[in-house]
Amino acid sequence: MDNVLNQYAEIAGQDVISHLRQLASPLDGLKVVHVNSTKVGGGVAEILHKMIPLMIDLGLDTSWEVIEGDPAFYQCTKSFHNAIQGNRIDVSRSLLDAYEKTNEQTAERLRDRLQDADIVFIHDPQPAALINHFPQRKGKWVWRCHIDAGKPFRPVWKYLKNFVSNYDASVFSLSTFAQALPHPIYLIPPSIDPLNEKNVELDDEEVRTICRQFDFDIDRPLIVQISRYDRFKDPLGVIRAYKLAKKFIPNLQLILAGGGASDDPEGEIVLNEVRIAAGDDPDIHILLLPGDAHRIINALQRAADIVLQKSVREGFGLTVTEGMWKRKPVIGGDTGGIRIQVVNHHTGFLVNTPEGAAFRIRYLYHRGDELIEMGNKAREFVRENFLVTRHLKEYLSLIFALLNGGRERIEVS
Amino acid sequence: MEFKDYKSEKKLEEKSVQDMSPDEPVLDPFAIKDCSMIAIATGKRAQSLRDLRQHLNECDHNTLYYHFWGGLLRPKFDDPEYHNDFAIWIHRQLHDKILAERLSLIDPTEFPDMEALRQELMDIIEERLDELEYPLWSTRGNHFEFIRSQIVIFNTNYRVEHPFQFTDVLPSLSVGSVFYHFIDARRRTEESIDDFRSWLLGFGDQYMELCDRIAGIDPYFSTLSELRAQLTEVFGDYFENGSNHNG
Repeated sequence: MDNVLNQYAEIAGQDVISHLRQLASPLDGLKVVHVNSTKVGGGVAEILHKMIPLMIDLGLDTSWEVIEGDPAFYQCTKSFHNAIQGNRIDVSRSLLDAYEKTNEQTAERLRDRLQDADIVFIHDPQPAALINHFPQRKGKWVWRCHIDAGKPFRPVWKYLKNFVSNYDASVFSLSTFAQALPHPIYLIPPSIDPLNEKNVELDDEEVRTICRQFDFDIDRPLIVQISRYDRFKDPLGVIRAYKLAKKFIPNLQLILAGGGASDDPEGEIVLNEVRIAAGDDPDIHILLLPGDAHRIINALQRAADIVLQKSVREGFGLTVTEGMWKRKPVIGGDTGGIRIQVVNHHTGFLVNTPEGAAFRIRYLYHRGDELIEMGNKAREFVRENFLVTRHLKEYLSLIFALLNGGRERIEVS
Repeated sequence: MEFKDYKSEKKLEEKSVQDMSPDEPVLDPFAIKDCSMIAIATGKRAQSLRDLRQHLNECDHNTLYYHFWGGLLRPKFDDPEYHNDFAIWIHRQLHDKILAERLSLIDPTEFPDMEALRQELMDIIEERLDELEYPLWSTRGNHFEFIRSQIVIFNTNYRVEHPFQFTDVLPSLSVGSVFYHFIDARRRTEESIDDFRSWLLGFGDQYMELCDRIAGIDPYFSTLSELRAQLTEVFGDYFENGSNHNG
C-alpha cells in the first residue's frame, strides 16, 4: 500500500510525502469515515477515490460510505444543489420527506460505523441530515460543502441549516462560498489528482493519436475551452474572442469541448446557440464528449497552446487547474476560484469581456516566450498548491484542530 | 523528516562535534519543527474603507497575523508592490494607491505585539479617511474577507547539534519549517527574533557575525523558498567559505 504515497513522491516531491507522514504519525489508527452520495462520477467521488487510499497509507483507519435513495431523494438533492447555487427552486414537502427518510434509513444502516468514528466527513447536502440521528456520537463531525453557497436561495438554505448547524465544523472551498454557521468554518480549496486519466502525463505521440480522431490541425495555433454548455461558462463569449483574435492570427483554431446536455434542457438551448454562433467556420470545433472521456480531455488540453475558461460565474474551476498542470497559461473569467489560480502575467490572465480575452490571446501568441514561461509557472503553481497531497495535508491539519478544541496554536507531540 | 541530499552524517564522521569545538557551551540541540496553517472564515467582510477600519478594530490577533504573514503559506505569487493583504486589497479594489503605499510600508516585525500593529494600521487608515473627500467602495463581489489562522506545529524528530550542520540541513528544510523557525519565531521568542539567532546566541559571542548576517535577511520581501535559499547561502558562506568550522 505504501506504493500509492511513493507514486505521489515522484510528482509532488519526497519532502511533501515526508511532511505528510510526520503530520499523520500521531493519528495512527484514528477511525475516519467519509460519507457522500456516489462512488462513481462527479468531482467529490474523484477526490475521495484518491484521498481515502492515501489516508489509509498514512495509517488512518479510513472508510468510505455512500447514501443511496429512491428517485424522489435524488430529485430533492438535485434541487438542493441548484438552490444552494442561487436558483430559486421550491422543494415540496413530499420531496423533503423522501430526503429525511433516506437519511434516517442510512443512519440505521451505518449506525455502528458512524457512532464510533473519531472523525466523520459528510460531503455535500445529500447525507447532511445524518447528524440528527446521532445525538450520542463519539467523534467530531465535519460538513464538507463542495458547492458555492455564497448566494443560496434562502428558503432552502434555511432548511438545510437546521442540520448543518449541528456539526462541529464545516469546510468550504473559498471564503466567498461560505455561509455564516455557529461553528468554525475552515477554508480548504479542492485539488486535482496528477495520476488520474485526466491529468496523467501523455507523450506527444499519444496526444497526436487521440487528436487525429478530430478534424483539427495540431500543428496550427489552437485554443481550447473544456466546459459544459452553460451560460455561466460563456461559450458565446469565447467564440467572439476567437473571432476577434483570428483577424490577427489567421490560422487560429478553437475547440469547445464539453459533456452531453441530455439531462439539461437549457444546455441544449445553449449548445444550439453555440452552433449558430460558430456558423460554418471550419476552425471552430464543437465537441460533445461522454462523461468518461478523461483521456481525450487530457490530450486536448495538452494539444492546445492556451486554455480558456471565460466563465462569468464559476465554482473553483478545476478545469483551470487541469490546464495549468499541463503547462498552459489560462485566460480565465475574473470570478470565483479562477481568481486564486490565474495570476496576471504569472499563470495567465483574468478577463471580463470577450475583447479582453481576444487581446490576451493575441498577446500570448505575439510573446511566445512568455506563453511558455507562464505555462511553466502555472505547472509549478499547481504542484505547490493544488495537488491532492496539499488537500490531504489540510485535512490532517483540520483533524488536529478538531481534536484539540480549536486552539489558536496546536503543538502535536 | 527525511532530508534530501543529507550529508551531515558524513561530516560528523570526519570530525565529531566535540572534537571541533571543545570550549563551546553545551546547549540543547536545535529541534526542527514543521507547521501547517489552516484558514478559518470569520464571516466579516469589508466593502468600504470604513468597513475595513471597523472590522480591523474588532478582529482578533490571529486575523491580523493571517493577513500579514499567512500569504507566505498560501497560493500566491510574490507581489512586489504590496506585502500585506490590506494594502493589496486597497490597491486592487479601492484603487487608492496612496493608502496602499502607506500600509505596505508597515513592517510587522517592528512592533512588539499584534495590538501595537493593529494601532498602527488603524492610525494610518483613519488619517486617510480624514484626508478623503469621498468614500471608497469596492465593487460587488470584491469585498475584503477577514480570515483567521490556526497553526498546527509538529516535531520532525530531527535535531541539529552544531551550527555547521545547518549547511546540510537547510537546503532540504520544508517551507513549513522555514515559516515556523524564521517567521513565526518572531512572535514567540522574547527578543522577537528568529529561532536560528535565538539558538546561536546561546553560544555567547561566538556566532555574533553569523547572527548579524542572518539578521540581514529581510523576511518581508521573499517567499519561503527564497528565504530558505538565503539562509542556506548565509550559513554556507559562513562555515564553508569563511573558515569558521570551529565557530
